[in-house]
Amino acid sequence: MTDAKEIPRILSSRWELADGHTLERYVDTGGYEALRRALSAMTPDEVTEEVKAASLLGRGGAGFPAGVKWGFCPPGVFPRYLVVNGDESEPGTYKDRIIMERDPHLLIEGALIACYAIGATQAFLYVRGEMALAQERIAQALNDAYAAGYIGRNIMGDEDFSVDVILHWGAGAYIVGEETALIESLEGYRGMPRLKPPYFPAAKGLYMQPTVVNNIETLANLPWIVSNGGAAFAGLGAEKSLGTRLFAVSGHVNRPGVYEVEFGTTTFRDLLYGEPYGDGIRHDNRLKAFIPGGASAPWFFEEHLDLPLEAGVVGAAGSMLGSGAIVVMDETTDAVKAAWRIVRFFARESCGKCTPCREGATWLERILRRILDGYGRPSDVDKLLDICDNISPQITWPPKQTTICPLGPSAVSPIASAVMRFRDEFFAYCGGGEITVPVQGKAYLSTPPAVGAST
Amino acid sequence: MPRFTSENSAVADDIIARYPRPRSALIPLLHLAQEQDGYLTEDAMEHIAELVDVTPAEVLGTASFYEMFKRQPVGDYVVTVCTNISCLLVGGEELLHHLEHRLGVKAGSTTPDGKFTLEDVECIAACTEAPCMQVNYRYFHRVELDAVDQLLEDLRSGRLAHEVPRHGTLSRVRQQLPEDRAGNAPPDRTVEPPWLARNRKANGDGEHAS
Repeated sequence: MTDAKEIPRILSSRWELADGHTLERYVDTGGYEALRRALSAMTPDEVTEEVKAASLLGRGGAGFPAGVKWGFCPPGVFPRYLVVNGDESEPGTYKDRIIMERDPHLLIEGALIACYAIGATQAFLYVRGEMALAQERIAQALNDAYAAGYIGRNIMGDEDFSVDVILHWGAGAYIVGEETALIESLEGYRGMPRLKPPYFPAAKGLYMQPTVVNNIETLANLPWIVSNGGAAFAGLGAEKSLGTRLFAVSGHVNRPGVYEVEFGTTTFRDLLYGEPYGDGIRHDNRLKAFIPGGASAPWFFEEHLDLPLEAGVVGAAGSMLGSGAIVVMDETTDAVKAAWRIVRFFARESCGKCTPCREGATWLERILRRILDGYGRPSDVDKLLDICDNISPQITWPPKQTTICPLGPSAVSPIASAVMRFRDEFFAYCGGGEITVPVQGKAYLSTPPAVGAST
Repeated sequence: MPRFTSENSAVADDIIARYPRPRSALIPLLHLAQEQDGYLTEDAMEHIAELVDVTPAEVLGTASFYEMFKRQPVGDYVVTVCTNISCLLVGGEELLHHLEHRLGVKAGSTTPDGKFTLEDVECIAACTEAPCMQVNYRYFHRVELDAVDQLLEDLRSGRLAHEVPRHGTLSRVRQQLPEDRAGNAPPDRTVEPPWLARNRKANGDGEHAS
């Protein structure tokens, strides 16, 4: 950390409390005051303006500004729905589950503030199926909040403000974290993404109505923003990455954990080596590589350690902060095996709608498995990159897509990273030979030409 | 083969009434069926089809997409071990292999006594607590190999019955909703919410400015 600035705990203030998940403790520690303030002193538009002033980037993975997303709802079309995305399943990611288990009312208050701002009378909390404790805590929190008048009809005595919040849960499918797939799932279908355009949720979402899909951590920031103002939030962080953010540091560090740090200014070195955080690599081993933003992100290496956790900087360096999941691999890690395991994930979780992803990820996984089993051929390394090129043409960053959703190109990231950096290891498995694809520089072959404003 | 019991039929009706369209209740109802029977029976799926007014094939179509829905009987305890990247790095595979040896079955199968089903699963969001596993979707963090032996012993003897309910039961707390609902009007009959309308009028804006 560059200075000893005191960072407010916007998201993690109740995590150490044994009863932080109860309504009683939540209200005791200032809970639902932000909602009261929004209802009594702010118009819905003013709430939206504060969130825009905070420049709160979505914390689910895509990093789209939340206030701007809300503004995409076409005027005059009702009902509008709020859908809360609690289907956390990107490998390496562990943060939304903590909020759901340890501070469910924070999430509920955030959701109600969002409903107030966008004009939604019904919100659906989509919690991942495997998270039984989170479902229990949220069900209890909803029951208590209904009984206390924080949800339901005439919330906190406001005769005009009535919202229902429904707990819904999934049944095991990574792809449902993609917002249009989540909506399909919420409608009772197989969780396959919809084509965008035309099915942007803000215009044609749940039941073809305007729908805002927000991540758990994103919504959990709202009470603080309403209480302290968007400007105070924007006073933390740097560039596009403002406020604080949760990062899960896992793998070969001495102190794996989920840490709330200032966004945009904290560096990877702080998180991996800082005493209050990762506290260095285990057994004082050397760092081999780390994944900066979940399994979909291209890998980073030692030379990236001093980059700040800033979305723009990390993007320009050839990767992404994604879902705030940092996976650390030390020198003992088998790069081929690590790449295979991540690719197996995408091959398993492909919904099967688009051919490049369904077939591509599956074949990548099979070829990597063959290499690991000792039956690989030197030409397999080129073949892997060739398949990657078919899924995501030219293997650039940000990736080009031949599929409806970004799951396809996600399978390319670990392979491109591992082959680019550790090709010797692949050849060692395959019995030597020469690589013919030009692979130099960053984890990716080239950067695409800038085309207008990026989305 | 069981359909919903009368008690669960009432729960099912209550769940369906939460959604603007009945089909949205499909996944929660499949969980309810699995809670009742431990897995999804064909009769239960047919019953669900009647309840939400779709064909049984459509129910099967949705159910077969999702990993958690079991279409054949599984063990009392479904043991799911994560072997994805964060767990792989600190011993997830060793944990899985240890369990395979202890239970005498490969991942994906059930012990002959019907007690345990072992699965090799993808990331379950406990990456900083790796290696991790679940039993009937209850978490066990930073699992050591000898702790696993004790865990199996405790599960066999029923000592953990309170913490780990039988397979199929997820949340043991059901959401209760008041009769007088705030926002469940069908999509084609919902008007602008009053709190938006009041601000629009206060601002003197025209129709549908918000």
